[in-house]
Amino acid sequence: MSISVNKYICGYCGACVGVCPTGALELVETWIEVDNKCTGCGICQKICPLGAIEVNR
Amino acid sequence: MKDHYDVIIVGAGPGGSIAAKTAAKEGLDVLMIEKRQEIGDPVRCAEGVGKFHLKQHIEPDPRWICADVKGSCIISPDGTKVEMAEEMSGGEVGYVLERKIFDRALANESALAGAEIMVKTRATDLIIENDTVCGIKLMHLGKMYEVRSKIVIGADGMESKVGRWAGIETAVKPSDMETCAQYLVSNANIDQEFCYFYLGNEIAPAGYVWMFPKGGNKANVGIGILGSKSGEDRPIDLLNDFMEKNMPDAKIIEMVIGGVPVCGTIDRTIANGLMLVGDAARQSDPITGGGIINAMDAGKIAGEIAAKAIRNGDCSTDTLQEYEELWRKTIGKEINNSLIVKETFVKFTDEDLNSLAYSLKDINFTSMSLLDLLKALFKANKKLLWDLRGIFKDFIKNDIDFKYKAE
Repeated sequence: MSISVNKYICGYCGACVGVCPTGALELVETWIEVDNKCTGCGICQKICPLGAIEVNR
Repeated sequence: MKDHYDVIIVGAGPGGSIAAKTAAKEGLDVLMIEKRQEIGDPVRCAEGVGKFHLKQHIEPDPRWICADVKGSCIISPDGTKVEMAEEMSGGEVGYVLERKIFDRALANESALAGAEIMVKTRATDLIIENDTVCGIKLMHLGKMYEVRSKIVIGADGMESKVGRWAGIETAVKPSDMETCAQYLVSNANIDQEFCYFYLGNEIAPAGYVWMFPKGGNKANVGIGILGSKSGEDRPIDLLNDFMEKNMPDAKIIEMVIGGVPVCGTIDRTIANGLMLVGDAARQSDPITGGGIINAMDAGKIAGEIAAKAIRNGDCSTDTLQEYEELWRKTIGKEINNSLIVKETFVKFTDEDLNSLAYSLKDINFTSMSLLDLLKALFKANKKLLWDLRGIFKDFIKNDIDFKYKAE
């Protein structure tokens, strides 16, 4: 399980990073990096102000 | 860049820059890193700040002040307006800042005080030995470096990783995060001396829409909603709805988005060799969302305690505990009071909000004390008195300082 961040929508605010319970996300300048700690829980998907995140199922 | 400093500060926002300036003035060897290539940009803030508290840190400068605010106007779901003007709390109320310039001015002050600054430089991990933070790993232009220090100050914002790397739990629940979107608009046609707040569960579930003047007929128009209420309708959608209905003639010239932690104080903000400040320490105000002043206050305390710890040759939590105690006594106390208000506020129905606004609308707040305001509120709604009893008690003891800190 993982997530996809649509870089054409993402506003690189980092709200997703702040709510990620496993610390799998990182805001690097203008993009979000996702590492293998991601469990696909979907909390970031819910919080994103622009709706840039999808959970891969 | 050297391979060793007294203090490394991660993040060059207001908290980081004040910490850097304070530590450098104390004679410490300071490095402040910022992952962005530009300090202050992109903005993730509504840019409102209280005058009195700002002046404790920096002399106001017209180059980064967009508007001088005399009061606020709160609009309930049925359109009832409650105005509060400047004499109300004896304060001087606030400014709306140009953060892009403000943040650079603060960074410049830390540079003038002697701090070294690196941009486009990102912390990738902490160096931890014997349960003590001894520096950071960083990446600059694709190359990795290890830089050691006696103390690391994590001022790396809402998306902070520094605390987590040291084992401090800083993850925020969706119900403890306001998710926000904002436009800078021209042709705003609002009173440039007032901040406006629109309440209502349809407009902004468990949050509000704000309009802050930015000078020259411009305004920051933004929305924050509780993360747990987001999903179907996102902040950007709700903001677009609001703009269409309320500001059809406004032209959007910038988009700003972000998250504001409204969780209240977290259990721990220090580790051996480490302090967290500002949004990284979740020090933003749960009711206003304001974080600039708290971050600057905490940055100053952290800079001073860093100097003390290094002078005493003990950077363990034994010494850094003083930072923890000092910020909790001041900032922390206010945050916890605001948290009580927030927990009550998010449960309000639109009827509650309307009835509160109605009972307050004809009161002239310019000549009223805050105690009178609270009395009027409680008279209108007995349940509110019970929900907010903790604060009321504090207020009577004059412990609470209702400063204007909308951000």
